[in-house]
Amino acid sequence: MKRWIVICVFLFSMVLAGMACAEEAKIPPNLTAEAQGAPAQQGVQVPEAPLKIDPGDTAWLLISTALVMLMTPGLAFFYGGMVGRKNVLGILMQCFILLCVISVQWVLYGYSLSFAPGKGFWGSLEWVGLKGVGFAPYKDYAATIPHQLFMMFQAMFAIITPALMIGAFAERMKFSAFMVFMVLWATFVYDPVAHWVWGVGGWLKELGALDFAGGTVVHINAGIAALMAAIFIGKRKGAENKSILPHNLPFTILGTALLWFGWFGFNAGSSLGANELAVNAFVVTNTAAAAAGLAWAILDWIFHEKPTVLGTATGAVGGLVAITPAAGFVSAMSAIMIGIFVSIFSYIAVTVVKPKFGYDDALDVFGVHCIGGIWGALATGLFASKAINPAGADGLFFGNPKLLLIQAIAVGVTIVYSFVVSLIIYKIVDLIMKARVSEKDENLGLDLTQHHENAYTMIE
Amino acid sequence: MKLIIAIIKPERLEAVKKELYKADVNLITVSEVLGHGRQMGVTEVYRGVKEMGNLLRKIRLEIAVNETFVEPTINAILKGAQTGQIGDGKIFVLDLAECIRIRTEERGGTAIG
Repeated sequence: MKRWIVICVFLFSMVLAGMACAEEAKIPPNLTAEAQGAPAQQGVQVPEAPLKIDPGDTAWLLISTALVMLMTPGLAFFYGGMVGRKNVLGILMQCFILLCVISVQWVLYGYSLSFAPGKGFWGSLEWVGLKGVGFAPYKDYAATIPHQLFMMFQAMFAIITPALMIGAFAERMKFSAFMVFMVLWATFVYDPVAHWVWGVGGWLKELGALDFAGGTVVHINAGIAALMAAIFIGKRKGAENKSILPHNLPFTILGTALLWFGWFGFNAGSSLGANELAVNAFVVTNTAAAAAGLAWAILDWIFHEKPTVLGTATGAVGGLVAITPAAGFVSAMSAIMIGIFVSIFSYIAVTVVKPKFGYDDALDVFGVHCIGGIWGALATGLFASKAINPAGADGLFFGNPKLLLIQAIAVGVTIVYSFVVSLIIYKIVDLIMKARVSEKDENLGLDLTQHHENAYTMIE
Repeated sequence: MKLIIAIIKPERLEAVKKELYKADVNLITVSEVLGHGRQMGVTEVYRGVKEMGNLLRKIRLEIAVNETFVEPTINAILKGAQTGQIGDGKIFVLDLAECIRIRTEERGGTAIG
């Protein structure tokens, strides 16, 4: 019975893709003409002269896109090392399947909902199946690179955002429920919020909120949904009176390194060109991550006797999170401050707030991503400077208190919207198919019960 | 002197340890083993190749005790490991011929505790 439902859903999505293909077949003449550089005859979005593709920008964005793609498997190892031995494949699989599912969702309709021009809740359905998304640049997003490249770059953000949440409900969510939850979450939470902040006609964008590479859309959004999931799915068996120890910290460090590496694409790529802004983003990204990693190590040293490897890695990721919205607007000196303070805030969230409230956010998605994201968004309102980016705005420390207010509004709206809608989606999924695995399955581990595999053999 | 060997479910280890400490039994050796008794294993599939009835992870406890501690130890393990489900494990009690503490070369009952 269950198998048939899965097959039906799969076939249905194939048909949908097929329909989109058929639609697209009607447009190509226009598309190919644009691709060859001929002036677009009746180009819908380009009334004036056609925009020229810049080879340097295009090359950098192609590489950046691939870098961001690598972050999702990197995240899988970051998280995978922190769970028990019996659940590591479960984590890797959840990250990996999102790479597959959201990639398809994005070209089918996700990109259209997020980025097609529109003033409403979503963009529109104009670009469903990439209809009209061709190789010619689209001026309002990126004037020097092919539109499809911008679409692909954004796809990688749409993939890693839900993947971030996995850490919160690690070791206890049923795989089938996870799949349904994530498709709904991408559609009803990620796509609208991305539209509000980045899309043409998005209302937070028009309000003047600055989010360079996705602090609000990606990190706060995923972080608060993660908190919701951790609270409502309940504590892990065995986490009641004892912490569950990481099974492979070298994996976690490997994952951190891959995340840091990929983050250069995430932030420096968000300049959408190979230019000064990309260099600035690159410099502050590296600086903030380093300052935050160092700060966490020192905090550990002071309060827990020894500097820990996991702490340093966590700090570095927190620094990367916090610099994300600010990367295109702040200087390297500001990046150091942003890095130091994110570690302080996240450290408090993870070591004081979490035990106090007793929610089991297994791998601290809320403490690192949501807290780091909030700090990053507000720090943008403090440290942003037009000297760095004339297209941006000045923050509080550069004489403009209004930006901080706008940033706070964007943060507040995202938190409330994401928490509430994620909760509704979670409850629906839980009602229909039970989100949590049975106690027996949880004891045996997700690897064996959800995937019929073992990560490690004991006896060959 | 007896040697008590218990095979328990991994997730019960914390509870068993707690009960043992309560019974004042502090010296234990723990190892991870594979096995299955009446409880079947779990199917595994690797690229379509099925592995049936595989072994499950279990925890093996070894505790050497003097006569007065035999029953309290058994009771502690029962209390901590029993769920009533199939696969809760077994306790074996063996006679122990000798026990030597390496550091001091003490022998017998004094070497155990």
